[in-house]
Amino acid sequence: MNARYMVSLVTVIVLFLIAWAGTALGLQVLFGIIIPYAALLLFIVGFIYRVMNWSRSAVPFRIPTTGGQHKSLPWFTHAQFDCPATKWQVVVRMALEILTFRSLFRNTRMKLKEGGRLSYQLEIFLWVGALAFHYAFLAVLIRHLRFFTEPVPFFVQLIENIDSFFRVEIIYPVFKFGIPGVFVSGIVLLLAVAYLFLRRIFTPQVRYISLASDYFPLFLIFGIALTGILMRYITKIDVTSAKALTMGLVTFRPTIPEGVGTIFYIHLFFVSVLLAYFPFSKLMHLGGIFLSPTRNLTTDTRTKRHVNPWNYPVPVHTYEEYEDEFRDKMIEVGLPVEKMPEPEPVKEDAPAKDETPAEEEEKE
Amino acid sequence: MAEELPKPEELIQIQHHSPKTDWISTPTNIRKGMYCYASNPKSVEYVGLPNAREWNPMEEDWKLPENWQEIIHQGFKERLERFRSFKVFMDICVRCGACADKCHYFIGTGDPKNMPVLRAELLRSVYRNDFTRAGRILGKLNGARPMSLDVLKEWWYYLFQCSECRRCSVFCPYGIDTAEITIMGRELLNLIGLNIDWIATPVANCYRTGNHLGIQPHAFIDMLDFFVDDIEEVTGVRVEPQFNKKGADILFITPSGDVFADPGTYTCMGYMMLFHYLQEKYGFDITWSTYASEGGNFGFFTSHETMKRLNSKMYAEAKRLGVKWILGGECGHMWRVINQYMDTMNGPADFLEEPVSPITGTKFENAKSTKMVHITEFTADLIKHGKLDLDPSRNDHLKVTYHDSCNTSRGMGIFDEPRYVIQNVCNHFYEMPANTIRENTFCCGSGAGLNAGEDMELRLTGGLPRANAVKYVHEKHGVNMLACICAIDRAALPPLMDYWVPEVNVTGVHELVANALNLAGQNDRTIDLRHEDLPGIEGESEEEADE
Repeated sequence: MNARYMVSLVTVIVLFLIAWAGTALGLQVLFGIIIPYAALLLFIVGFIYRVMNWSRSAVPFRIPTTGGQHKSLPWFTHAQFDCPATKWQVVVRMALEILTFRSLFRNTRMKLKEGGRLSYQLEIFLWVGALAFHYAFLAVLIRHLRFFTEPVPFFVQLIENIDSFFRVEIIYPVFKFGIPGVFVSGIVLLLAVAYLFLRRIFTPQVRYISLASDYFPLFLIFGIALTGILMRYITKIDVTSAKALTMGLVTFRPTIPEGVGTIFYIHLFFVSVLLAYFPFSKLMHLGGIFLSPTRNLTTDTRTKRHVNPWNYPVPVHTYEEYEDEFRDKMIEVGLPVEKMPEPEPVKEDAPAKDETPAEEEEKE
Repeated sequence: MAEELPKPEELIQIQHHSPKTDWISTPTNIRKGMYCYASNPKSVEYVGLPNAREWNPMEEDWKLPENWQEIIHQGFKERLERFRSFKVFMDICVRCGACADKCHYFIGTGDPKNMPVLRAELLRSVYRNDFTRAGRILGKLNGARPMSLDVLKEWWYYLFQCSECRRCSVFCPYGIDTAEITIMGRELLNLIGLNIDWIATPVANCYRTGNHLGIQPHAFIDMLDFFVDDIEEVTGVRVEPQFNKKGADILFITPSGDVFADPGTYTCMGYMMLFHYLQEKYGFDITWSTYASEGGNFGFFTSHETMKRLNSKMYAEAKRLGVKWILGGECGHMWRVINQYMDTMNGPADFLEEPVSPITGTKFENAKSTKMVHITEFTADLIKHGKLDLDPSRNDHLKVTYHDSCNTSRGMGIFDEPRYVIQNVCNHFYEMPANTIRENTFCCGSGAGLNAGEDMELRLTGGLPRANAVKYVHEKHGVNMLACICAIDRAALPPLMDYWVPEVNVTGVHELVANALNLAGQNDRTIDLRHEDLPGIEGESEEEADE
């Protein structure tokens, strides 16, 4: 038992009960109109605020992680996208990062084998899981545009067609069963979330680092996907009324139509909670990745000077101060000096001990 | 220290299991062998850093200023505003765990707080409490905790168990760089005088004498004179380095470690021989400086400000001497500083010229603004244009592999130049496994100022992944020489090899170059720079190589 995920699980169950009870009590306006609007507002304002807040902080130095050969002499092949020297190369690096999770693809797993040999094997499950999760989520989001547009744009249709490629139909003389167009994305989303959760539970290192705020969004998204799937395939809600509600929201003429089941309100409430929670949580990695200074900067700092907006002068030990301290010794070994000392008889120079700073001992 | 070390068979028994208690409730146990001594107050005072005093991490009382919590909070806030990296990295981690087993200290110690994600959480937990609403409300449940003395001690212990190698940042899907977090954390610790001596004293030395070791100008000359004699003994040629020469074409700056300790000294002799060769043949005019006699920058491990103060000497000296551009020797973090910070901090270097090799005419376009060229870029260009008379067979007794230093790899991207040079001066070169080189390279275990004697266990455990990969090529190909382009590597890798893979030695790239380089008027070169007999090369009558 782990308090961190139990708390998150219980929270999501409580949220479920709230929505359920609220609908039963006839608070449809609250759960169908007010909360969704408030959540969306919070999401938009919060998201913008967070991104602006990051942008306000300076980028004093160019510190990209150089993941490949830099651009140097012409006969060395420049790793353009791992060590981008131009803006366009950065764009490609970022695109690969954001669209294909390239860094995560490099993931390896370390093993200490018998005889004390370390090995590092490619470990792509996290990458597969993460990619499946995010793209499934994206597909689901795009499909849901159907509820917010009239007429439904062609690309939503397109995504739906691709997504519902698999059909489940059992046609026996005695038993006929069919679900028109199972959306793969929903199933994949559910499975991916389950995988990401189980991974947190069963990989000891990941369990050790996981916080309640890592479990909570997983449970919440699981809840969203599950209620969505239930609505579509099992409890079958009245899609027309549901769309009337969502269209009302998007056209700012909110209505509460008859016949929208409780489960719809639960689904909507979960989504609202996710939206409201988003800006305050790690989910902001969606915005943050665009601002990550180890990825979004060029590596051409030796070619083009980067300016630090708060660069300030610092005390330095000048050559003159240095020569003043060591002039006699410098002259003794024939080093050129800027200022010859007053013609004075040769001084006895004591071995330079006990002077500040502490003399370095031979430690190595 | 060495006598107390566990044996390799014991140290390799690493448990990667996490403790039963969650990390916030697991107290920090500051263990001997894993930490560095506190800084000498004289050094801290010399550079005017705060709260100089005698203190000992093993004692209860760290003699902190009364308002230390306020100083840390204020410092934290300031840095969130000054560094977007810090703010973004505090916010966006999703704790996916991809970084966990990428850290050499975690691999070598199994201590979960050495997972990059948890090292960052040490700071994030305080950040959430101090700077986010959700953190304040949800508290420990959400991984937030108020700053306390125990937290501070935990910070200190683990921020000085990170070598700022950036390996985790390669694997992080958002590019979160623990080095950046450690840098900020160490800055905060420095605000209340929590430094380590291995960093603070070199900083003070560098500030005063121009180099970390505190070598004064006359002693610096003496040391290089000694190398001149040594080179003469080995090659029969007397080289003549120039110092603090006004109007020279180029200023040369390299880490002082190479002047001071084997095997870096051989690399230093390598530079001297190369410069002599070029001077004789092409009239190459290069000068060393005693004022800017340090390439490395331990200020980088203290604070951005200290880094800038020490780094300022490079441009200042180049300006004073009136050189055209600067050539930089083999060093790791020195090159990260030059590549990613120097021009921004202390530039623009508009008093210098865009670097052009006086020998080949090659324009170093990639150093157009900093005006500083890496010596392997310079040498690779010489080799490419056939300007060096090389006899790689003098390195035939060596089976060489190459260790990419963290900083030149993930903070610069110089991978092919050193390889190109090595492969032109050595006939036997073998790469270590792909997951342990180039951008995936493993740290020597001693970077970022952790190269002290008292933390040897930390260094040996942290260096394990590197040593393990060397061992692999040692067993498979008989590799007996580990080349690198970093002075800390040259100091840190020999004890690491002695411990894990005896029979493998460590060298700088330019030691290999010098051994292959034919000098005009040389003797029959029967010994190498280490005064070791070269097998297969018959010398008529060997002079006894005495010091």
